[in-house]
Amino acid sequence: MQQVSGSSQVVIPVPKKKKQPPLAWVGQGFFILLGIVVVAILISNLIRQPTLFAQFFISGLQLGFVYALIALGYTMVYGIVKLINFAHGDVFMVGAFVSYFAVARFRLHQWPLAAFPQISPGLGVVIGSLTVILLSMVICSALAITIERVAYKPLRDAPRIAALITAIGVSFFLEYFGALNFVFSPRFIPYERPFEVVAWYIKDGIHLIKPGEAPPDGAITFSNILLIIIVASILVQIFLQFLVRRTKIGIAMRASSYDKPAARLMGINVDSVISFTFAIGAAFAGLGGVLYAIAYSSIWTQLGILPGLKAFVAAVLGGIGSIPGAFVGALIMGQAEAMTMGYISTPMRDAVAFTILIIVLLIRPTGIFGEPEKEKV
Amino acid sequence: MRFVKFFSLLIVAALILSACAQGGSTGGQQKELKVAILAPLSGPVPTFGVSTRDGALMAIDEWNAKGGVLGMKIVPIVEDSQCTPDPAVNAANKVIDQDGVKFIIGEVCSKASIPVSEIANAKGVIQISPTSTNEQVTVDANGNVKPYIFRACFIDPFQGFVGAKFATEQLGAKTAFVMLDQANDYVKGLATEFAKNFEMMGGKVVGTVSYTSTDTDFSVILGKIAEAKPDVVYLPDYYNIVNLVAKQAKEKGINVPFIGGDGWDSPDLDLAAAAGGYFTNHYSPDDPRPEVVNFLKAYGEKYKDESGNPKVPDALAALAYDAANVLLQAINDAGTTDTAKVKDTLEKITYKGVSGTITFDANHNPIKSAALLAVKPDGVKFETIVNP
Repeated sequence: MQQVSGSSQVVIPVPKKKKQPPLAWVGQGFFILLGIVVVAILISNLIRQPTLFAQFFISGLQLGFVYALIALGYTMVYGIVKLINFAHGDVFMVGAFVSYFAVARFRLHQWPLAAFPQISPGLGVVIGSLTVILLSMVICSALAITIERVAYKPLRDAPRIAALITAIGVSFFLEYFGALNFVFSPRFIPYERPFEVVAWYIKDGIHLIKPGEAPPDGAITFSNILLIIIVASILVQIFLQFLVRRTKIGIAMRASSYDKPAARLMGINVDSVISFTFAIGAAFAGLGGVLYAIAYSSIWTQLGILPGLKAFVAAVLGGIGSIPGAFVGALIMGQAEAMTMGYISTPMRDAVAFTILIIVLLIRPTGIFGEPEKEKV
Repeated sequence: MRFVKFFSLLIVAALILSACAQGGSTGGQQKELKVAILAPLSGPVPTFGVSTRDGALMAIDEWNAKGGVLGMKIVPIVEDSQCTPDPAVNAANKVIDQDGVKFIIGEVCSKASIPVSEIANAKGVIQISPTSTNEQVTVDANGNVKPYIFRACFIDPFQGFVGAKFATEQLGAKTAFVMLDQANDYVKGLATEFAKNFEMMGGKVVGTVSYTSTDTDFSVILGKIAEAKPDVVYLPDYYNIVNLVAKQAKEKGINVPFIGGDGWDSPDLDLAAAAGGYFTNHYSPDDPRPEVVNFLKAYGEKYKDESGNPKVPDALAALAYDAANVLLQAINDAGTTDTAKVKDTLEKITYKGVSGTITFDANHNPIKSAALLAVKPDGVKFETIVNP
């Protein structure tokens, strides 16, 4: 605008200010008021029962970090091909099942101890569990690449709605194909963990909870699963930041996201970049699936639907297409859900999650970190 | 081309004709008695469906081996009703309208049996639900009994009552915490009756929390339980939820005994996690009565588990077996397949079944005793019998 206004002779086309719909302030005021009320209720509960609040907060952290792992896949895929990959939640489910078979059928988590009996059992468990997780991640990546090649690639030039509906179809296929008796069976399967869950409580320091022993009044409990989920999620986030900002494939991903034909002219193989994006998102969903199954230790073929949808809401809340946005959005979703369960009622958790989606779409469709007109991986 | 077209038309016409002929012949013969079994073979509780189907099929096979009912061979029609209202209603409509069935055994879940019962009653089809414990299955919203609907199990108030009686008298509980799935009629029925009876017996319900059947994370609810410190927790849901809740509770150091209903009865119940809990049930395989011993033996010979060992029937199988037997006995006693006469016979019948002696009260609910079972790490053990 400055160059134009410098020359006074030229009639300046005054850019029209974006017109707000009438009475928009009513809606905005309502949501601000709602936000204030929610914060006030939470603070009053924090003051009244701090330990209970802390316990809910920890539950929310666990959920939030799992959602973060799934949301990354949604946001990366959207960033690069503008497709909301609804099958992503089911890839998460497949991750959980792969680890179940690896552990319960093939005892994969015990291979280090079987192969090298002289190493310490602790190290054996760590290596064994990592192997199980890696296997799930690899199989999920392979599955996602297959899905992308078979279902989405032929539709790359079709209207986006066609690909979206295909994604929903793939999602149903995975759920109901998995429910066949010779695949995963429709049952709720008790999940055998590759390592034992250890829980601690915080009261005058951190103490171990021994089996059959109740923690004292006013103690806050947490488990090793929570710590593993948090660490894994943060490591993934750092890794992705590094990958996207510093590596060649990251630059290729950003270039493909920004302008595919131009990226092609620069010698980037856009198809393989897209496949890579699917693979890496699916790998993290697989990781999330294993950790989720370990945390809640019961799996079935529709396990991925709700976490998948909530991770999608988290990605929209953070700004779809933005990696830090997905992370922050997921943490907010986790807390929203835990606090709803704690202070309103459990069945409201899903309602609140999707109300957040509606509110975000109404007042800030680009999400917290999203910037309009600019695309990122 | 023309010839091909003509030929294919001819085939289609032949197929239609043969289909008509077949429909006509089965209608005329009257040599078969069709009995539908609606069982949730998929959906949230597939192990219930398999047990129910197997129990009912065993009873039908035994009758057929004896020469059928009234000289007719009994033909079972098994439909997957998924423990969900819509598929159950579709299955009921299919067997009644398409297959011409006049006798239905099923569904397992109350929330599916209730809509099926409306259809069956309106069409004069006799339905015996083996395991749906909600009152509304045999009684409509105005409290009038549905004449064509019966059940083989006792009803929710009784299980809630037994749970409350056991908690106060045997465990000496003063406070209880109730967890329930608001959307599930069965769970809600048991939980409401437990809370009512527990308070009547001098206890105090310190908290009631609801959840949904798709939940996997119960840490927030368990945080509330840890805060409330009840003597017992009443969780009358199915095994899938019990597995999740019990495991997460153990990991949080919550050692309060959980009490539940017959929804816990499944080979998939996580024994290690649920150990220390109790549940009310319709029968126990440890019962020494000859009916139970014979049933166990026959069932084990007929059905094997994955490793080839004889299967131990659960309560679902026992009740489905009783439901099929009581129905066929009534048809036999009535001497006709006219459902109006069979229902009158059922109202007066006394049948000695595996799950106790069945006689129907005015609301078509059987009057019989309940078993109380304890969950131990190595299996489910018979604890005591509670009479009405």
